[in-house]
Amino acid sequence: MSSILAQPPSDFEGPLLPLLLVRDLKKHFLLRGSGKLGARVHAVDGVSFSIAKGETLGIVGESGCGKSTLARLLMHLMPCDEGDFTFDGEAVNGAQGIGVASLRRQMQMVFQDSSASLNPRLPVQDSIAFGPRMQGKGRREALTVAREALRQVNLDPDLVGGRFPHELSGGQKQRVNIARALAIGPRMVILDEAVSALDKSVQAQVLNLLVRLRAELGLAFLFISHDLSVVRYISHRVLVMYLGQVVEVGPASALFAAPLHPYTRALLASRPSMDPARRIESLPVTGEPPNPVDLPPGCRFAPRCRFAEAVCTAKMPMLVTRPPDEGLRHEAACFIHDPESGHSLAGTGLSWETLT
Amino acid sequence: MTGPKSPPNADPIARLEDLTVQFTAGGPPVRAVNGVSLSLAQSEILCIIGESGSGKSVTLRALMRLLPERRTKLTGKIEIDGQNVLSLTPRALRNLRGGVVSMVFQEPMTALDPVYTVGAQIAETVRRHKGGTAQAARARALELLELVGVPSAKRRLDAYPHELSGGLRQRAMIALALSCGPRLLLADEPTTALDATVQIQVLLLLRRLRDEFGMAIIFVTHDLGVAAQIADRIAVMYAGRIVEEGPVAEVLGNPLHPYTRGLLASDVDSVPAGEPIAAIAGAPPDLRALPPGCSFAPRCHLAVDACVEAVPGIWRRDEHHMARCIRAEARAELPHEEGVYDA
Repeated sequence: MSSILAQPPSDFEGPLLPLLLVRDLKKHFLLRGSGKLGARVHAVDGVSFSIAKGETLGIVGESGCGKSTLARLLMHLMPCDEGDFTFDGEAVNGAQGIGVASLRRQMQMVFQDSSASLNPRLPVQDSIAFGPRMQGKGRREALTVAREALRQVNLDPDLVGGRFPHELSGGQKQRVNIARALAIGPRMVILDEAVSALDKSVQAQVLNLLVRLRAELGLAFLFISHDLSVVRYISHRVLVMYLGQVVEVGPASALFAAPLHPYTRALLASRPSMDPARRIESLPVTGEPPNPVDLPPGCRFAPRCRFAEAVCTAKMPMLVTRPPDEGLRHEAACFIHDPESGHSLAGTGLSWETLT
Repeated sequence: MTGPKSPPNADPIARLEDLTVQFTAGGPPVRAVNGVSLSLAQSEILCIIGESGSGKSVTLRALMRLLPERRTKLTGKIEIDGQNVLSLTPRALRNLRGGVVSMVFQEPMTALDPVYTVGAQIAETVRRHKGGTAQAARARALELLELVGVPSAKRRLDAYPHELSGGLRQRAMIALALSCGPRLLLADEPTTALDATVQIQVLLLLRRLRDEFGMAIIFVTHDLGVAAQIADRIAVMYAGRIVEEGPVAEVLGNPLHPYTRGLLASDVDSVPAGEPIAAIAGAPPDLRALPPGCSFAPRCHLAVDACVEAVPGIWRRDEHHMARCIRAEARAELPHEEGVYDA
């Protein structure tokens, strides 16, 4: 079944080297009418991370934290200001290494709005076949690939292939978008809020599908969502962003069981539980993320943080590693976890119970 | 808020009887709501849960007669505060809207007028319903913004909607809805577009408003977790019908209808990472061609022949908890069954 789609990966760097290595990525948007040295939106501000082969990295954060900008930078849908990244050991779009076209053959993206990302005037199988055609396949061969891709996402190509996007339901359209991404035979797929707009029962179907595809095709996912429950379910590792920066990154199980950063804790505590007998009675965190133009000095979460002290507004905390457990690193950018920082709680480890 | 707390009253604030809503726009009519009966007590919070196309928002809009009159066919009975909404004159309807019942929409950016300041919009509503001077109305607007927890409310009074963040905009929208002390607030997915940390702030605010002012709320959402946080009672809608209704702890803890059970089983929170989720197979029916029997039967793994023949009647486990499922009685004592895997 996967014979056409799963092309043998080049993988010359071996399974241990990360598939994607991102270093200090930055993207600032200049505000209109503010002059050359005017106000800037710090959408992505020094983000570094890596994704191993076949790994799913979840990125969570609230609106405006830069998670979608990050996805667009990785796909080269917009140029980055600073930083670089390496895909499977090769620099991307540098003097050496692979170009953007070759990157996109190996890395595909699925967007949130399933209708807007399909051509309304093309039958969906032609939309899917477009990618393989661009790779130089003949019309008939590309169509075969497209129909195979539809089968992969549990859609009957005879029934659905000839239809137009407006004739499909939201869940079906999102499956078509996933099929289109797969038709290229990528090794990594970026899913930007790909299941957020779907109804819960349809969302569950698509999540099941993604887990199955990941196992069958050995895909790596960058899964961006504001929905913590979905991210916990699908991710191996999770990265938490706040105002363009990484505040915490670690294995999903550890991060959800014992979050290190006060922001991650607030996010987790804001999740409505399904038990009406245990309602949230006090606010986990007040206020809203500040405007990404006028950023506070020091830690960007400090103005909303109940543990903030003088040191937090004086300088910017760096990511520090907690003692590694089970081999995967768990890092957080918070002075509480830096014994040298001078924060009164530094090094005490601040257990989850302190908050709840 | 200055309005008096409504006295304890046995009469429901809102009652729907066999409401049907059909949209006719060429082609077969879209049967969005198919016989909904509901009753809401004073200062009660009812959550209507359903997926897109289940008729939950249409039901809410019908309560205020906000649906386009020419293309909508409404039958049944709608009563708010003892008034028959469907036979109100335009003038009486205007007094009802905002005065007795008001609505908070999902997207505050499109519900607020972009060319007027937030303060002006609230003041306008206050003067329309309560009269008084412009200064008094403005003072009331300030009071309302402070009530809903808008920081530096005085400055925000002169802000245009686009100058506010999503959470503040939704608070302004709630302030506007509260401006004339309504006794019933209709909330159509008011937190869906908000971030998690802001969503819980708005939910706590609505709960506080109910406790302080005795305001009844009908809260439409697709999120069971949100309902668990705010509801006294839950009504689950599917294809224009209420398929289950009962106290929040009963419906979430002891669901009767296979659809409710399916929704709960497909909740990712309860599934270990990466394990198959018991998703409900299939998709909701086309509202232009509803099956004659139970609308959920084509997706239901418990369906028998009788399910597709006629719409199931109401089965009551007790006085408060009911479901429209002919198999509910037989299954009522069983634990959650597994749904059908689809992947």
